[in-house]
Amino acid sequence: MSNSTLSSVSSDLRPRTAAMAGQPLLEINNFSTHYVSAQGTRVVRAVDDVTLRVNAGETVGIVGESGSGKSTLALSILRVLPTAARIVSGQLWFEGEDLVRKTDAEMQDVRGKRIAMILQDPMASLNPLFTIGNQVAEPIRVHEGADRPTAWRRARDLLKAVRIPSPETRVQQFPHEMSGGMRQRIVGAIGISCEPRLLIADEPTTSLDLTIQAQYLNLLRELQRAHGLALIFITHNLGIVAKMCDKLVVMYAGRVVESGPVSRIFNAPAHPYTKALLNAIPRMSDKRQRLTAIEGQPPDLAALPRGCAFAARCPEAFDRCRKESPPEFNFDGGRTSRCWLSTATTRSGAA
Amino acid sequence: MKQFVARRLGYSLLSLLLLSLTIFFFVRVTGDPAALLVEPGASEADIAAIHQQFGLDRPLWVQYGLFMVNLFRGDFGQSFYYQTPVFNLYLDRLPNSLLLAAVAMAFSLLVGIPTGILAAVRVGRFWDSAGKIFALLGLSLPSFFVGLVLILVFSVYLGWLPSSGFGGVWHILMPAFALGWYFAASHMRLTRSSMLEVLGSEYIKLARLKGLPQSLVIAKHAFKNALIPVLTLAGINLVLMINVAVVVETVFAWPGIGRLLYEGISFRDFPVVQGVVIMGGTMIVVVNLLVDIAYAVIDPRIRVET
Repeated sequence: MSNSTLSSVSSDLRPRTAAMAGQPLLEINNFSTHYVSAQGTRVVRAVDDVTLRVNAGETVGIVGESGSGKSTLALSILRVLPTAARIVSGQLWFEGEDLVRKTDAEMQDVRGKRIAMILQDPMASLNPLFTIGNQVAEPIRVHEGADRPTAWRRARDLLKAVRIPSPETRVQQFPHEMSGGMRQRIVGAIGISCEPRLLIADEPTTSLDLTIQAQYLNLLRELQRAHGLALIFITHNLGIVAKMCDKLVVMYAGRVVESGPVSRIFNAPAHPYTKALLNAIPRMSDKRQRLTAIEGQPPDLAALPRGCAFAARCPEAFDRCRKESPPEFNFDGGRTSRCWLSTATTRSGAA
Repeated sequence: MKQFVARRLGYSLLSLLLLSLTIFFFVRVTGDPAALLVEPGASEADIAAIHQQFGLDRPLWVQYGLFMVNLFRGDFGQSFYYQTPVFNLYLDRLPNSLLLAAVAMAFSLLVGIPTGILAAVRVGRFWDSAGKIFALLGLSLPSFFVGLVLILVFSVYLGWLPSSGFGGVWHILMPAFALGWYFAASHMRLTRSSMLEVLGSEYIKLARLKGLPQSLVIAKHAFKNALIPVLTLAGINLVLMINVAVVVETVFAWPGIGRLLYEGISFRDFPVVQGVVIMGGTMIVVVNLLVDIAYAVIDPRIRVET
């Protein structure tokens, strides 16, 4: 009611006031998304009690193995979830507004305009039956009410910005006439088309070969600088995190097990899972014959064990880990860890 | 590719040959046409004269041979009953069948596609269940029963629509519905499943992530993609509609080729029955051949399969 008029009036002012007040751009508090089966008997805790902050212009990397809840978290932020998914608790504060409490119609003004997302598979993310120009111009027409010639002119400029050669002819072409790398750059162009404040990239380079990957990552960084974007980068590649990100969030079994500045986590990981992940990165200098792996499987998210979800695979686990789930410990000014061992770290950090 | 087309063409000709054999011998099992053409109590000599006139006194394999030779010349023979060439009879009736099929097809698409989309968008809810019931009834109720119920309700009780015959717009409504319901159900089910598949695709997810309103996501991005298999099926179904309307045309006395076939069977008019069945079979075989070739042109994996 009056709330919606208020938010529309102040939508231009809020980001600036938020930035001035030192408020994060996105603040996720104790957020959970569960998948509920049709009978309601099986509940999969895909995202469980996640707390996360993203500042304006910052790059946050989210890592974790498949099924750790990274993509569900990303889709939850934009509220584009499968029908079985339920946001069960928590808040998503974005530029001072709680996205969880927005109606679907209000979310349409957020999606693509204030928060954009790039999906994993460039071959499947473009509609095969419409031209590139049509698909790039579409959000500009919908969000800014631009007429067709204006939107198409902008689309050509965007293709130029993502280094697509001869954009004048490319806008007339269909997705099947382009390579995978080109299509992913086009999806990137769609992402930045309405100058969002936050771009979420869900494993955007997984299906690209290494050379194209490096080019694409450079492109994303340039776009980020040029447009002052905040970037959430979802990946399972810690090398990309080291290169791209300011902050790292490690997810395991739907929870954030460790978070903090990238350099500090890489130098001194607090959670045994993070340590294991960093140990698993192959190094050229390594004399060992075999790659290091983390033994065991992640737990079933529909039947989580009592205590810490990582305890069964953890080399440092002790009795308390199997009985009680550790809370999120804050330490070292801006780092968090969900591990009973971190209580000791906190003390040593303070001493 | 050439080999593929040649092989498919061979299969098609073989199917038609088997069809001609089957219909030729089956129609002769139904009885003696002369018995229906002479007055009761006619002499043996009269019946023999009729047999001789229609060539029914010759051995069966000679009759079949002559029938096939004439067929290759494009001659379907003379109707025993009407005493005119079967092909002319067929051409006289064909436009009526085409009209009925066109109206039934329009109905089946106008009903089948929107209900299919609605069912897919509201999957598992009221409209999906309502659509499933509509489809189940359409696929399982025989068309003669639907036709009789329609006549009972709209002609006998309400008196709104003429019960049978050929004429204005009002005459075609009930036969088109009775014929089209089955196909509406078949189009609805394919639209639903095709739409569900498309709605689960990544490009629909991206369309939603772009902030497009749900109506645009469905009407623009999903609809066009979901329609492709439905139109392929509709093309094949149109040929079926022209040729399988025997019961509907009989119930509503609609003067199409289905009714011609029914008359041919009643009068033991062998050339008419053979002609209508072979024409229908040819249409269906040709359409299937064209669809096979079109798929092979589109999808290279089909070409290597036998």
